[in-house]
Amino acid sequence: MTAAAPERPALAPLGRVCLTRAGVELKEFFRQRESVVFTLVFPVILLLGLGAVLDYDLGAGVDFPQYFMAGVITAGIVGASLQNMAIHIAGERSDGTLKSLRGTPMPAGAYFVGKVAQVLAVAVATIVLLLLVGVLVYGIDLPSGADWLTFAWVSVLGAAACTLLGIVVSTLARNGRSASATVTPIALVLEFVSGVFMPFDQVPGWLQDVAAVFPVKWLAQGLRSVFLPDALAAREPAGSWELGTVALVLGLWCVAGLVLCAATFRWQDREG
Amino acid sequence: MTSPSAPVVADNRPRPGDPLDPDAAISVRGLVKRYGDRTAVDSLDLDIRRGEIFALLGPNGAGKTTTVEVLEGYRKRDGGDVRVLGTDPARGGRRWKAQLGIVLQSGAGDSQLSVRELLVARASYYAAPRDPDEVLELVGLTEKAGARGRTLSGGQRRRLDVALGIVGRPRLLFLDEPTTGFDPEARRQFWALIRSLRDLGTTMLLTTHYLDEAEALADRVGVLARGQLAEVAVPAALGGRGTAPAVVRWTENGVRRTAETATPTAFVRELAARFPGEVPDLTVARPTLEDVYLKMIGDDS
Repeated sequence: MTAAAPERPALAPLGRVCLTRAGVELKEFFRQRESVVFTLVFPVILLLGLGAVLDYDLGAGVDFPQYFMAGVITAGIVGASLQNMAIHIAGERSDGTLKSLRGTPMPAGAYFVGKVAQVLAVAVATIVLLLLVGVLVYGIDLPSGADWLTFAWVSVLGAAACTLLGIVVSTLARNGRSASATVTPIALVLEFVSGVFMPFDQVPGWLQDVAAVFPVKWLAQGLRSVFLPDALAAREPAGSWELGTVALVLGLWCVAGLVLCAATFRWQDREG
Repeated sequence: MTSPSAPVVADNRPRPGDPLDPDAAISVRGLVKRYGDRTAVDSLDLDIRRGEIFALLGPNGAGKTTTVEVLEGYRKRDGGDVRVLGTDPARGGRRWKAQLGIVLQSGAGDSQLSVRELLVARASYYAAPRDPDEVLELVGLTEKAGARGRTLSGGQRRRLDVALGIVGRPRLLFLDEPTTGFDPEARRQFWALIRSLRDLGTTMLLTTHYLDEAEALADRVGVLARGQLAEVAVPAALGGRGTAPAVVRWTENGVRRTAETATPTAFVRELAARFPGEVPDLTVARPTLEDVYLKMIGDDS
């Protein structure tokens, strides 16, 4: 305490702070029943509900549950990233959690590392749950070989883009509740026009064009390439899976999201 | 309280234009903060010494929280010069924050974590934190270690906020209205906690609108009214009450009598000589802190 260089106090090791934040974020998510039900269980209910009601034959031996796997996993990833981030970060901003953290030497980066760990854990849990239900209840065919790799990079890139967008939306919202009221319809509309709940070629052409601006469409399309036989690629707008474009658009959204996050993020409500 | 005719302590407050005090924990010159066309803090000068407990008193809207949040680095100032532990808060980095403890008026937010988990997490942000269990003991929350935040009472919740504020072993602790909503018992316990922190050498800036709290805890008190410091003094000398005339009251011939006197002892001796036994209903009083405080902020209400 005496002459121990008072002007340069030591800092906690970054790795330890990141680990703490990851632990905190996982506990915050998995202990809150509402968020677990809303984010984790809702896609499963969708799968079971729509799977029981809808009965398409998409040709090439593909039934609705097989087609819907890509869609419902898209919805799961969007829920775990876009909706989860927008709603909970807005809540943490309006209840003072962020302001309180800002008064500590915790580096801002560690906060976001914690959020990424949360999104990863929730997304993986959702996907595993959906695959289990898909296989056990509907006997869907799991991806094989290189499709797993596509599955991984499309999911990670899509989740990253949606996480960043969710953080931006959280800043635009006035509080947690208004974030929820804003982002939930946005996510649903994006999912509808992106062919999450029905074959994409049944979406009107001009809506397809609108959807093509946003990342959800490309996430769903990339995942369709994983779960559907290549024969069905002919029903995509370009007549192919366009995996290169999927990577490009999702990557661009990541960059745009990162720039917007850095420009807009706030640790407290605007000064009154 | 036997304050032997407390000498008027020179309020040794910095004057406008004085240089910043490099030895002070907090040094403020000409601080201005505006919201739109309303001036919340209007040219404030203040030094707070290391190791001191300084209480900022004032009615709601006087600028207490605004001032404190500028010092904490949460708000940008519109004018003036500020140093907190030698650093300009507008440029305070993580090493600067590592030396502060901040208890916000609004508390630390909602959480699914237990009291102990919150403290352990907060402690990990600091290089040399206090032991979370010792801090729980210090704030009297050991029995609530496993409870989630929202199951705590208002007073326990506030003690958790304080625990989070001190677990990083701060050299300077900000407490913004820490006991609002406490019952008298909880407030006494909290005061004991603050005194034990003082004994550990922590400098504290406390805002409150409880006069008894300022009087019980603070080495010096600053009264903030309309964004300006009306006075800075030790609590016993605030408003000149240490040397104010004493007010003697008694009952004589069935009539309530009052006299102001600078020599109450002599006055009472005379009075006693006029009565065979006890002087009926005798009281001798100095103006209370509340009397002088209300006079100081009087123009507001």
